[in-house]
Amino acid sequence: MKSLKISRKILAIVLLTGVSATASAQMMINGAGATFPYPIYSKWFDQYAKVDPSVRFNYQSIGSGGGQKQILAQTVDFGASDGPMSDDNLAKAPGKLLHIPTVAGADVVAYNLSGNPALKFDADTIAGIFLGQIKKWNDPKITALNPGVTLPDQEIVVVHRSDGSGTTYIWTDYLSKISPEWKRKVGTNTSVNWPTGIGGKGNEGVAGQIKQSPGALGYVELVYAVQNKMPYAEVKNSSGKFVRPSLESITAALATADIPDDFRFSITNATGPDAYPISGATWLLVYAQQKDATKGRKLVEFLKWAAKDGEKMAKDLQYAPLPENLQQRVLNRIDEIKM
Amino acid sequence: MEIATPPAVASDDPRSVARAMAPPSRFGDKAFQWLTLAMAMAVVVLIILTGWQLWLGSSLAIQKFGFHFLTTSTWDPVAEQFGALPFIYGTLVSSLIALLIAVPLSIATAVYLTELAPLLIRQPLVSLIEMLAAIPSVILGLWGIFVMVPWLRDYPFPLLKRLFGWTPFFSGPIYGTSMLAGGIIIAIMILPIITSVSREILRSVPDLQREAAYALGATRWEVTRIAVLSYARKGLFGAVILGLGRALGETMAVTMVIGNTPQIAASLFKPGYTLASVIANEFTEATTDIYLEALFEIGLVLFGVTILVNLIAQLLLKTMTTTTSTTRAVQ
Repeated sequence: MKSLKISRKILAIVLLTGVSATASAQMMINGAGATFPYPIYSKWFDQYAKVDPSVRFNYQSIGSGGGQKQILAQTVDFGASDGPMSDDNLAKAPGKLLHIPTVAGADVVAYNLSGNPALKFDADTIAGIFLGQIKKWNDPKITALNPGVTLPDQEIVVVHRSDGSGTTYIWTDYLSKISPEWKRKVGTNTSVNWPTGIGGKGNEGVAGQIKQSPGALGYVELVYAVQNKMPYAEVKNSSGKFVRPSLESITAALATADIPDDFRFSITNATGPDAYPISGATWLLVYAQQKDATKGRKLVEFLKWAAKDGEKMAKDLQYAPLPENLQQRVLNRIDEIKM
Repeated sequence: MEIATPPAVASDDPRSVARAMAPPSRFGDKAFQWLTLAMAMAVVVLIILTGWQLWLGSSLAIQKFGFHFLTTSTWDPVAEQFGALPFIYGTLVSSLIALLIAVPLSIATAVYLTELAPLLIRQPLVSLIEMLAAIPSVILGLWGIFVMVPWLRDYPFPLLKRLFGWTPFFSGPIYGTSMLAGGIIIAIMILPIITSVSREILRSVPDLQREAAYALGATRWEVTRIAVLSYARKGLFGAVILGLGRALGETMAVTMVIGNTPQIAASLFKPGYTLASVIANEFTEATTDIYLEALFEIGLVLFGVTILVNLIAQLLLKTMTTTTSTTRAVQ
């Protein structure tokens, strides 16, 4: 008797959920990829539910590598990546893949020195430190940039990301642009063969390492340094000006960078006088020819909404929005998507 | 045979009557035997399939790097040069450190809990140890970065350096994150499993053993040593092997504190890297085929190392038991 009652209950539950599921027949759009923009993407999906309740998004932040793989295999409706796809990978796509830039961020040089002095760095010193050539805090190259600051005769403990990440991609992309030696010895990637330093897992790992080790220096995302109140340095850009990393100086980098038509750009070492040089964007990856017309239409509507209204939410979440000229180009690109 | 004969006692219960009337069948026994055999085989099949899948997944890398994969030390995703040696070294050394710390601690704890501890202390202590096993790896890792590593760097490491700095193992600068820190965090993680299993094994030592030793006038220490530990030696060794298996594959917590630098350095204060850590670190963002396959091959190597270490342990166990039986025979 008891088991009969239970099975009745189960039956009722099954029926009820079945009914409710059909009552709100929603379209599910699946995406996967980058972890860096995950907070803003989930905010967008959440807000967009109010704009168009008939669509729901399922985004898995499995990393840029996974995002590229899944969109190539067409197991998701859109991919997301913190770096543009390589020519090799793009050639594997069954159709034309579009890169849609969404927001940008920056890597900051964070450090741990007693007294937390405000420091300035330039391309040469950063490359020297990460190549293991500048070993001490009181190296003449560092002291020359920071007159008035007494730097200790202490070893620099270099900290970098150990996990593959878009943050590392931006960092190594910058170093490759400004240092021929770095480009030759190390190169650009989501993880590289580091000449020196200790690896910390994730932003939290690097930040933890820096906070715990006196004399440490490393790179973390701007958001992370701001939230954790870590001191971070001004960096000299290619027009010779020291720029403090901020959302404005990242957008300035986006506005002055040379952006090619396929949007596979890099904004590190941008030329603008106010541009922060170690910035980078993140992209959504979408097929130019959508297979499923209804789904494709909904996706395009969302992309347009994100490029217009979504961008306004960026600053609250510490992401730099796209500058207006780029925003318009992105909207034009979205219009090219065919069903 | 006797089991199969139905009970002759009549009963009012209709079910037992039905059972009594049914012809004796051994189908149930057979089915049970086959079922359990299938379950046991499933484990074997699972291991073979895992190995096979890892092999398939890394075929490109195996072709490209061949045996050099195991003997070279460069790990360069940009140039697509991959060698696993520093990771193999890191896995073995960190696990060895963990065992050196955890085994004496665990077995001593187990001995205390079964032989010496008053009941009042025993139960709370047992629950505490089991709770330690329930702490998620990533939590231990964060505790590792923020609490354990700074403490190690400020107190025990400088002391070790002062005492043993003349050996290559404790020389060089101290960063905190290091092979030694990795080994210590693994030790904390495998402590509960070795303790729990050892405790069960010591509990299963028949009291007759102890009583016999006491009767011969042995002291408490002698009873523990001769009657209990010696008797349970084989089982304790098994407990250690279980712990070792866990140590080799431990990932998150180690990744947080080991420093993730693929190098082979004698000094335990230097950062290292393990096989499991590099997979966890780089798998999500690996975009090129050969890179991904190299990571698969790291998985295959880890699989191989684990099996090899277990085989060696089994062999050790075997020689251990044969030598003791011969000494007994001589005596």
